[in-house]
Amino acid sequence: MVFLQQLVNGISLGSVYSLIAIGYTMVYGIVKLINFAHGDILMIGAFCGYYAFLWAQGSASPVLAVAFAFLLAMAISALVGVIIEKTCYKPLRNAPRINALITAIGVSIVLENGARVIPFMGPNPRQVSIPEAFKGVFALGGLTISKVQVLTLATSLVLMVVLTAFVQLTRTGKAMRAVSHDMDAAQLMGISVNRIVSITFAIGAALGGAAGVLYAMNFPMINPYMGIMPGLKAFIAAVFGGIGSIPGAMIGGLVMGVAETLTKGFISSKLADAVAFGILIVILLVRPSGLLGKSAREKV
Amino acid sequence: MKKKGVDFLLLLGSGLLVYCLIASLAWVGVIDEYYMQLLSVAGVYIIVALSLNLITGFTGQLALGHAGFMSIGAYTAAIFVMRASLPLLPSVLLGGLVSAVFGFAIGFPTLRLRGDYLAITTLGFGEIIRVVLNNLEGLTGGSAGLQGIPSFSDTGNYTLDAIIKFSWIFAFFVATVATISNLIRSSPGRVIVSVREDEIASTSMGNDVTRYKMIAFTVSAFFAGIGGGLFSALIGYLNPSDFNFLYSVNFVVIAVLGGLGSLTGTVLGGLVFTFAQEWLRVLGDFRLVVFGLLLILLMIFWQSGIMGNKELSITGLVRRIFRKGGRAQ
Repeated sequence: MVFLQQLVNGISLGSVYSLIAIGYTMVYGIVKLINFAHGDILMIGAFCGYYAFLWAQGSASPVLAVAFAFLLAMAISALVGVIIEKTCYKPLRNAPRINALITAIGVSIVLENGARVIPFMGPNPRQVSIPEAFKGVFALGGLTISKVQVLTLATSLVLMVVLTAFVQLTRTGKAMRAVSHDMDAAQLMGISVNRIVSITFAIGAALGGAAGVLYAMNFPMINPYMGIMPGLKAFIAAVFGGIGSIPGAMIGGLVMGVAETLTKGFISSKLADAVAFGILIVILLVRPSGLLGKSAREKV
Repeated sequence: MKKKGVDFLLLLGSGLLVYCLIASLAWVGVIDEYYMQLLSVAGVYIIVALSLNLITGFTGQLALGHAGFMSIGAYTAAIFVMRASLPLLPSVLLGGLVSAVFGFAIGFPTLRLRGDYLAITTLGFGEIIRVVLNNLEGLTGGSAGLQGIPSFSDTGNYTLDAIIKFSWIFAFFVATVATISNLIRSSPGRVIVSVREDEIASTSMGNDVTRYKMIAFTVSAFFAGIGGGLFSALIGYLNPSDFNFLYSVNFVVIAVLGGLGSLTGTVLGGLVFTFAQEWLRVLGDFRLVVFGLLLILLMIFWQSGIMGNKELSITGLVRRIFRKGGRAQ
């Protein structure tokens, strides 16, 4: 029973990791950049959620308050994501990849420490006030599932279904797949690569922002550095699933969340982070291209 | 053969000259203890950044976990000095060796992979080391840190102490530069550079690419460990949380700032980086914001760094001066 309980907790946490991992994997799939600033988008989303809940306090419907939090977080995160892409990453698209990587780290440093000095974010941790209607738990036999966990699972599921439908069924989604397959060929076919890259960043960041709200509801203390560890773990999840593959990122996130809660529950809470990175190394050794990744043959 | 000998003497002479200049300026008080300490810290950073440049700049394999190797070297050296009462020199060397063993163990399976995977694995490795060091409380002091590591010298005369510390680090710095630059010019070194230029072409020339990546990676881990050992004696206090991911990134920044594939560039990059970080302190809370913005601007507008992949060559400079002088006569 304890095991089942931990499994439920793990899946709930894992679905948040999945949402973040999708952002990493989509961006990597198209511009081959490890976007280290993605974890900080999570932080921005969490702060948006914090203010949305604050403003919506005492409003008529708690459901509306949560919907408002998600919309605000996703809109602002998407905006920040696109601004970062246009100003920082676009000039480096043809530069050596290590330059783009360091730029991403620079963006991450600016976002974290910018958040520290901005007065309405600040260096001190803040307590998120979740609407009353979402506090409390459901009891199913011996299992307890909190309302926040149910919301987390439901929201992630809906977002992932919408994303999959978007990528598989719409024209823009088709263009995104084409660009990630071969950027030059896609451009020759008349696809506006710049537009697609921006859309990719916007979608990835929006999902990251939504994940931020969910993360803040699960762990209600937020601060400017909160995005670093979930960001790194979600990145590992993306590699685990096969970087560039969206279903892979979803599975990878779940595995990562379950592995982390099981380690915390049964081995040692201190070693949980080490286990996460240990999984990464083992996966790379056994299956270098990840669970669902394609191993690309290099042609000369 | 004769040319090599002259070059060697020139390098040794110019190294000695720089050292004597700094030491005597410190002795008369033009460079105070604070700046001597900064120079020593810069020296340690340069040693680690040089080791990173070997694997990232010359071999073309991005590594993001050098803080991990550095912390292994630092803790090994500190523990040998404190628990086994070993003298400092063998302890630092042991730190390098243990770090090299870890480098070999990590590199053996992962260097077969291509692309960003080494970056990710080394990142993961650095984090694991940090967590493990945090949990080995009996040996490392855990998250409270390891205090009271004996310094290089404790004569009570601050100026003399600062000069002695600097001398140690300068000696190791010279040894690192000499080893890495000789390695690059040796026959395995040429293969290492060919891996960076084109791995497939190098393989088809019959080179065992993985083996040469291993050599570069193990040597790199060794010098990162040496840097760590020196760091522990220089600062006297170690804490696992200091060796985090961002700390690893600092060395990548130094190597890229100086120019990937340029040893003299790394030296300049290390000096600029250390002093810039110190001078940016006046900005208070805005320091890291400005640092991040500078980083982004540098990467966008100055992609090849200070030196690109060229070297500042003292021997070349001297030879050019003499040749010009000869022509004028």
